[in-house]
Amino acid sequence: MRIVRFAVPATIAAATIAGCSSAQDPATPSGSATPPDTEVTVVTHDSFAVPDAVLAQFEGDTGITVTFVAPGDAGSLTNQLILTKDAPVGDVAYGVDNTFASRALAEGVFANYESAAPAAADATNYAIDGSTALTAIDYSDVCLNYDIAYFEDNGLAVPETFDDLLKPEYKGLLSVTNPATSSPGLAFLLATIAAKGNGWQDYWTQLEANDLRVTASWSDTYYTDFSAPNYGGDFPLVLSYASSPPFEVIDGEATTAVLLDTCFRQVEYAGVLAGAKHPQAAQEVIDWMLSDEFQAALPENMYVYPVSTSVDVPEDWATYAPLSENPWSVPASDIDANREAWLTEWTAVVNP
Amino acid sequence: MARRWVAARRHLAWAAVVAAPLVFLAVFFAWPLATVLARGLAGTGTGAAWEVLTSPGVPESIATTVVLAGLGTLGSVALGLPAAWALYRLRWRGQVAARAIVAVPFVLPTVVVAAAFGALFARHGLLGFAGLDQSVAAIVCALVFFNVSVVTRVVGSAWASLDPGAQLAARTLGASRSRAFRTVTLPAIAPALGAAAAVVLLFCSTSFGIVLVLGGTRVRTIETEIYLQVNQFLDLHAAAVLAVLQLVFVGAALALASWARRGRDRVANGRELDGSREARRGDRPWITATLATLGALIVLPGIALVERSLRVEGGGHSLANYAALVDPPARSVLPVTVAQAALNSVVTALIAAVIAAALTVAVSAATVRGPRWTRWIDAVAMGPLGVSAVVIGLGMLLTLNRNVAGVDLRTSWALVPLAQAIIALPLAVRILVPATRAIDPRLRAAAASLGASPWRAWRTIDARLLRGPVALAAGFAFAIAMGEFGATAFVARPDRPTLPLAIARLLSRPGAENVGMGFAAAVLLALVTAAVMLATERLRTRVRADV
Repeated sequence: MRIVRFAVPATIAAATIAGCSSAQDPATPSGSATPPDTEVTVVTHDSFAVPDAVLAQFEGDTGITVTFVAPGDAGSLTNQLILTKDAPVGDVAYGVDNTFASRALAEGVFANYESAAPAAADATNYAIDGSTALTAIDYSDVCLNYDIAYFEDNGLAVPETFDDLLKPEYKGLLSVTNPATSSPGLAFLLATIAAKGNGWQDYWTQLEANDLRVTASWSDTYYTDFSAPNYGGDFPLVLSYASSPPFEVIDGEATTAVLLDTCFRQVEYAGVLAGAKHPQAAQEVIDWMLSDEFQAALPENMYVYPVSTSVDVPEDWATYAPLSENPWSVPASDIDANREAWLTEWTAVVNP
Repeated sequence: MARRWVAARRHLAWAAVVAAPLVFLAVFFAWPLATVLARGLAGTGTGAAWEVLTSPGVPESIATTVVLAGLGTLGSVALGLPAAWALYRLRWRGQVAARAIVAVPFVLPTVVVAAAFGALFARHGLLGFAGLDQSVAAIVCALVFFNVSVVTRVVGSAWASLDPGAQLAARTLGASRSRAFRTVTLPAIAPALGAAAAVVLLFCSTSFGIVLVLGGTRVRTIETEIYLQVNQFLDLHAAAVLAVLQLVFVGAALALASWARRGRDRVANGRELDGSREARRGDRPWITATLATLGALIVLPGIALVERSLRVEGGGHSLANYAALVDPPARSVLPVTVAQAALNSVVTALIAAVIAAALTVAVSAATVRGPRWTRWIDAVAMGPLGVSAVVIGLGMLLTLNRNVAGVDLRTSWALVPLAQAIIALPLAVRILVPATRAIDPRLRAAAASLGASPWRAWRTIDARLLRGPVALAAGFAFAIAMGEFGATAFVARPDRPTLPLAIARLLSRPGAENVGMGFAAAVLLALVTAAVMLATERLRTRVRADV
């Protein structure tokens, strides 16, 4: 009985929000074929966040009620979509990234949809070759970050390239994450594969010989290992994101920065699920994700860059988080074809 | 004729008793597990399974699992046994607080414990000189840190109610202190010790996060292999083979525990004894040594944790992170305040503890008093402990993504306490089964001969005598539910996070204020749990006074 009672206020609150906003905007947009009061389920990963106001406006404008479910990280999300494709758990999925996209596409998880939203043209810059089933929504760069003060205090030049990291003066300074257990770790491995081609195993052997530290997850490398003033660990070079430095600004001074030649670009996609109960409404959700309101909210809520070029990123991002002009990339189909082989070889090299 | 009717009624009554836990376990444990195994093993033979077991890395991971589980259990027993004596058999000032502190590590989220131990073993850390970073030794320390409270609490309860007479008699007859312990005390606490060790062995062998985080890439176990096969390669066949292997391992551990316990069940005569005594001058060195070891293990990481919760931008210290717990979070990291998440956690954990306690009473009764065919439910209830959380999570995704009896479980909030109750059930059962077994059957026989119905006999005898153990089981269930992360993460709604989910979320974002809040929230979790464990402690003492 108690369980039921606790569930009720949430339902009432949701109904009230939807009710209020539709009272203000009684008419659904003409041309939309979605019947009012359609309930759409968006399957996403555990980092998803959208401001209440942005969501309420969408629900008010369209009469669609959106429910979010989050089964885990991007990998768990993709696996769930594949394993449940015969009875999809929702109508739209958001958060499949370019390291998992090929697998989902090969399994026929998504239905084709080309959005006509203004930002759709920007999104096609990140499209996966030969498919219109996934729409790019945002991207982020996985890069090595460094502790500015450490290099100044020790009179040490900041390394720039992958090859620099092998030099003896940087011995024991680098902490990265395990590509088998962490998504930035996989991105970094892919960056080295893009840069070194067939010589990547050899590169990692040398990196390992230079006292590389490998942790299981981003938080271990960043919070525990990073020597930046906010954390006080032992490693001045750590794997994180291009968007991390703005969060380490103290009294207007940057304390960390990014090695722009070590970046791998991760792109996140949304798509209508094949077999969705409400495909029409699902398409409207994709359009909404490309709208200025949703795109502008991405940096502050999910720490990623919007694909749309017509919205501004926050001021401190422009100052402290410049993007790599030439990030490393590996075609999505290559990633999927070689994932297991690469991870097995990496494990053999780094953990003999 | 009448006799046969009575026998049938008895079987029917027991069927009703086991129905609730059975349906519960079937829906939330057996069904998801069977689905994964069926999908993974369909159409494959033993040859393919053998290929998985001999593929690179797997034999080593099996060996590592056995070694880690063994060392973790040995360490927990070696430290837990003297701790049980010092904290429960003796009485001294401040011992109640010490008991509560020992219980806290059990519920801390992995990510937080890993950060605390990581800070301790890092080069500049307090124990950095030992060079144990990313070693098996560091993992064993963390496993003992987590599990010593189980041994202390379960063995302590049994020890405290042990009649000191027999031991005194042995001493009077000239037995040395150690000989009296070996021949009198140890056999008497053996059932509790066996139960605790079995649970700890299972916890250690399926411990996932701690191995992953503290081992980095260097230490691999069956559990981390399953994770790899599921999350990276989506190789359900390999995952299913490894899951079956894990089940075999768990079955062997349980069989070993029950063999070690055979014939040693202590029978209580209906009066609960208070066998504890005031600490004497001669006990002091022993208490001090025990507390010092416990302190090094529990308090040092605790200090690292509290220090991090006070650290603010630039490396200074203040209470700002604690003030932020009640503010709406900046930058939308969380949809609710941390205080609200804590409230969500307390409410769900209370419901989970009530469900788990009720199911445990049914399971224990069926195991001890039921007809032969209901006794295996004891082993079934241990299942959730022995199966990889990754496999169960995957199974839940495959099975619960639809309406079950008209309820859309996928988005139902009720799934959270249900999932937590499943996770808490095995430990609660291991606490209550020995306690139920210890009730003298002659009491029931006497009640029956006086004309009491079985239900009446249960109410007047079992229900009274079991109040303490049930409170203990419910307290542990609450603690497990409070700290539960793996299963909760699969079923919780993003807009209703529990405290561990909120902590994980805060710790997955850069920025000093997010980390600081994450650690402050972890301290809050520790405090709430300690308070509840203290309360069940009080309840136990008060109840004993009644009887």
